[in-house]
Amino acid sequence: MSATLLMIQALNGLQFGLILFLIAAGLTLVFGVMDFINLAHGVQYMVGAYLTAAFAAWTGSFLYGLVLALPTALAFGLVLEVLIFRHLYDRDHLDQVLATFGVIIFLNEAVRLIWGAAPLSVPMPEALSGSIALPGGISYPVFRLVIIGAGIGVAALLYLLVNHTRIGMLIRAGATNAPMVSALGVNIRLLFTIVFGFGAMLAGFAGAMVSPILSVEPGMGDNVLILAFVVIVIGGIGSVRGAFLAALLIGLVDTLGRLLAPTLLRMLLDPAAASQTGRAIAPMLIYILMAAVLFVRPAGLFPAKR
Amino acid sequence: MSQALRDDPAAAGEGRVAAQPRTGMGLLFRAWLPILLFGLLALVPLLAKLGAEGFIISLLTRVVILGLAAMALDLLIGFGGLVSFGHAAFIGIGAYSVGILSSHGQEDLLVQLAVAAAVSVAFALASGAIALRTHGVYFIMITLAFGQMLFFLATSLAAYGGDDGLTLSGRSTLAGRPLLKGDVTLYYLSLAVLLLAYLLCRRLVASRFGRVLRGARENEIRMEAIGFEPFPYRLVAYAVAGALAGIAGVLLANQSEFVSPAVMSWQRSGDLIFMVVLGGLGTLHGAIIGSAAFLLIEEVLSHFTEHWRIIFGPLLILAVLFIRGGLVGRLGRGL
Amino acid sequence: MSGPILQLERLGKNYGALRVTDDVSLAIEPGELHAIIGPNGAGKTTLVHQISGLARTDSGRILFEGQDVTRTRMPERVRLGLARSFQITSVLPGFTALENVALAVQARSGSSFRFFTPASRDPALNRPARELLDRFGLGARADVPASLLSYGEKRQLELAIALATDPKLLILDEPLAGTSHDESRAVVEILRGLKGRISILLIEHDMEAVFSLADRVSVLVYGRLIATGTPAAIRSDAQVRAAYLGEEEVVA
Repeated sequence: MSATLLMIQALNGLQFGLILFLIAAGLTLVFGVMDFINLAHGVQYMVGAYLTAAFAAWTGSFLYGLVLALPTALAFGLVLEVLIFRHLYDRDHLDQVLATFGVIIFLNEAVRLIWGAAPLSVPMPEALSGSIALPGGISYPVFRLVIIGAGIGVAALLYLLVNHTRIGMLIRAGATNAPMVSALGVNIRLLFTIVFGFGAMLAGFAGAMVSPILSVEPGMGDNVLILAFVVIVIGGIGSVRGAFLAALLIGLVDTLGRLLAPTLLRMLLDPAAASQTGRAIAPMLIYILMAAVLFVRPAGLFPAKR
Repeated sequence: MSQALRDDPAAAGEGRVAAQPRTGMGLLFRAWLPILLFGLLALVPLLAKLGAEGFIISLLTRVVILGLAAMALDLLIGFGGLVSFGHAAFIGIGAYSVGILSSHGQEDLLVQLAVAAAVSVAFALASGAIALRTHGVYFIMITLAFGQMLFFLATSLAAYGGDDGLTLSGRSTLAGRPLLKGDVTLYYLSLAVLLLAYLLCRRLVASRFGRVLRGARENEIRMEAIGFEPFPYRLVAYAVAGALAGIAGVLLANQSEFVSPAVMSWQRSGDLIFMVVLGGLGTLHGAIIGSAAFLLIEEVLSHFTEHWRIIFGPLLILAVLFIRGGLVGRLGRGL
Repeated sequence: MSGPILQLERLGKNYGALRVTDDVSLAIEPGELHAIIGPNGAGKTTLVHQISGLARTDSGRILFEGQDVTRTRMPERVRLGLARSFQITSVLPGFTALENVALAVQARSGSSFRFFTPASRDPALNRPARELLDRFGLGARADVPASLLSYGEKRQLELAIALATDPKLLILDEPLAGTSHDESRAVVEILRGLKGRISILLIEHDMEAVFSLADRVSVLVYGRLIATGTPAAIRSDAQVRAAYLGEEEVVA
């Protein structure tokens, strides 16, 4: 295994982590502010990808597709909020889990009904389709660099929004003590809707950005959802900073683990056994990491509530 | 969240369990419902001889087996207040115990059951020790994550079929003889296991242990204030529920003669929760009724369209929003 | 033994910048009924939470029968003999009155890892539980779910549960709050009966009850103990009158 491969995989891990962050950020705020467990957050990611695919096919351009998909994903999230989620805020977690599970089942099937079970592919925009030479003699796809840049940009924007605006202050206060914010006369329902819509749009944006490099298919949001759970559990529910660090950690551990586990095991086992065991262990690494973090800190790395 | 729960102990866990019926007929019905249910399950195969026997037996066997797993989950959700979203992982442990052992020539049912139960308990103790230190949303997500961990482990077991799963060469044997070959025999064996497990769970929830478990669901602080540390009781309940679901997994593998990661997908865990809630939380037999209702809905809907889930999803949402107390609560009140 | 049953040594707790328990030192003798009074917001309930183990202590020590329990978890303190009642009633709503008390009896009588014998027919649990309910006049309500009891009955049940743990020291957080006149007289009589047999730390607003029951009274204002003494001494303490009693004019 070469250092080049390691570098490329580290970049891939970074890119994957940033995508996870886009999904986890909305999820952790929704949990933190509303104490609402929304399993259907993952389908927002899928919807974002499908909308981009559909609009890109219609306009013939990924960029136009993206621009049209974002407000549509936002509108879609808000419709779900008004129709279903709003009626669940006062329910217990069990009801929230079940009803949003129902939303996943419905949307996965609806997507299958409309676009078929076969994966769609979204054409990469011409200008971003090549590779670029990075220092150290690595050649890396431009589009993935764009994803990394967009992820970091959104993270910076979120940081400013949460830490330096009035609405951000309300969100932080809400994550720590929602009844207090409500008692201050803030329209908490409106705050919920804004946070929810914003989170849905971020997840949709993540789906849109990966649509040219991953296959767009029914159920694509499910695994990502569970990974986003792992991210916010490690980061601490309600903490955007925790979600950011945990997402990068998960992205890197997962990507590099798959590369390194067989190699490292070769020091202990014979090559065939090492590669087999390595491949079995690699997908479990992030869950083991989660267990280890929780064992030391049951509320995650940066718990928002005290 | 858990903070709110701590500040106002009295608010925790109220109003979730099936409402007690007030009328005399309702009470009578309630007391007889489990007997009626098991009586029906015992007799239906005889009626099935009139037609479509294979189909009905196969459906009923799945009702009974998933009912067993759902009942175990009710022990956690309905009596312990622990919403575990990784319960299908234990079915997977049971199913893969059969698959892996039989592919190495060990086809004895009792050995497979013992291994499945032991591995389930071990996994429950290890994952529960971490998950049960947390509360509320954390617990739900962590159990989901641990379930997913086993799912991915199963998909990467290339030697045992990986993603595609593996077909069993035949059903398990008892004392070296292929006693489970007949579908009806397997059905009655599964039903006997379910009945045994039901009686065991009934005693369990009424015992000193069960009281502590139920008390901790209603008000954790109160339990601590009279000298109980809820954690060890919850951990034991988690292990018992895991072992029962593991046993269900052994039966399920025998029923379908096929083992794949799909038996332990996270959607399956969601299905199990739905069965428990649909039937009625904290009733035990409600979970079996929920399993029957769930599989019947699935069967009927998929008869009409291959996209049956597009109807099923909204049904689930409507059930959550409008059926409170589950079917058992409904039946008790309706009479 | 001869030392105090409970000793607080310079106990402190902060909520952020707010010091809610400020350097509280106090010794309670075996068999003593010690009352803590103070205006609303004085930090009485926080102090109870700290002593019982529900809230963490930031500084100082708590000694129970000479043993340091500052970091001991609440269930363990209960097993040592330190029980409490709650100001906000927190009986188990889905359990009957009898089951509520029987569960507390169960906590101190043998292992609860018993899986197969029905607890509801266990005389070892039910007999002591019934006796306690009878003592509180709740005998006839034994089989009523706690959620259906009246507010006063719940308060009495709360007390019965705390007593069922067989405590050496009982901390009562406003046991009379919200009870009717008759109910509160009944509770006062029960406390009088317990007096001398177990130690009691009583937090209460009802001054008539406090001054008729307590051996000693401490006054807590803004997290600080400003005086400790016999009821008579406290009643005539100028500082106390200024800080507290003068405002309410309820001294019996």
